[in-house]
Amino acid sequence: MTVGSPTAAVPAPVLRQQVLVLYLLTSALDSEVLGWSRYDGTGRTSPTTGDGAEPPYGTGLDALRDGWRLIQASQLLPPHPGHEYDVSFLKHEFFFERIERLHAGA
Amino acid sequence: MENKRFLLDSVRMARFVARGSLRLDAVVPADLNAEALAVLAQEVAPVPYGTPLSQAYAPDSLPARLLAVPQVDGALRSLVGPEPLVDHHAVHVREPRGGEAQPLHADAIIDVRPDAFDVQLMYYPQAVTLDMGGTLSVPGSHLRRTNESDTGRYQNLRGQDRLVCPAGTVVFVHHGLWHGGRRNDSDTTRYMFKIRFNPTVRQRLLWDASDLHDPRVRSELDVTFPWYEQAVGRLERYNRTLLWRELTGDPGFDLDHWVTRVSNRPQEATA
Repeated sequence: MTVGSPTAAVPAPVLRQQVLVLYLLTSALDSEVLGWSRYDGTGRTSPTTGDGAEPPYGTGLDALRDGWRLIQASQLLPPHPGHEYDVSFLKHEFFFERIERLHAGA
Repeated sequence: MENKRFLLDSVRMARFVARGSLRLDAVVPADLNAEALAVLAQEVAPVPYGTPLSQAYAPDSLPARLLAVPQVDGALRSLVGPEPLVDHHAVHVREPRGGEAQPLHADAIIDVRPDAFDVQLMYYPQAVTLDMGGTLSVPGSHLRRTNESDTGRYQNLRGQDRLVCPAGTVVFVHHGLWHGGRRNDSDTTRYMFKIRFNPTVRQRLLWDASDLHDPRVRSELDVTFPWYEQAVGRLERYNRTLLWRELTGDPGFDLDHWVTRVSNRPQEATA
């Protein structure tokens, strides 16, 4: 009887999160991108303030089509009474993530 | 005697009210720019908060000579009036190939005065190229009610202004304008000298208002910016209208009926 050699341990992949934040024209995910931010857990890039002139996608939906996963969207909240005409933070914020494989772990 | 030639006109004042900034390209002479680079590398001695401008700087000092440039003097007078207080000043240095971009912020703390504003003078004694980390600013952001760097999450907004300018450029910004020093990816140290001014008089018609009814005033005030949300962009013009009313003393001024419509509450009963 032949005893097979034990299966070699498969190294677990090392995964890191990339985050994309898009600010849109309206609360609709398929509306135009007005602002954008990126954070890269892989360490391969170092996005920062004022580092771009053109948005990475035309709409939020375009990001989905390119493989980004939506993980959070701004709630639609009524204005506080008495502050209906105030302007403040950007209202239509959408967080996306993408999981990148760094390399096979030991 | 006041040098009326260099006061802002109503069209430029309206542009400031809409954008939150006023840019004067290459107004400072080359010899003063050269001197400034040496002075700023050594820092500029502080003045106590709230020092009247006439007492803040020696006549032959760099700040005094900068503020005596006619275009600078006229703009400052138009924005905050005579004898403002020097809130503080600071030399900002962006080291070559080093440091980080500042998070997008407004200076000091949240400041929602509806009928007054401070201005900050930003002076660039050397030519600033895109990779030197010139100041990032967001046109039309000054009326947003946010506190200091709570906006730091925003890296890029459509229509943002990444300053590239010739030597001797001066920019005046409203105290609420979102801005930040960008990362300097060049081999050149970049300097900027900033002075914040507090008005001591009511900011009403301090500029040359002889063109107050020029149609371009209205078109400047009605401008929108590419980063505005569709609905909030309307509120921006509502708030801009209120500020223009304060600056001109004209309670009936409006843009496309935005304020008038929602203020209409007739009290008279039918006959």
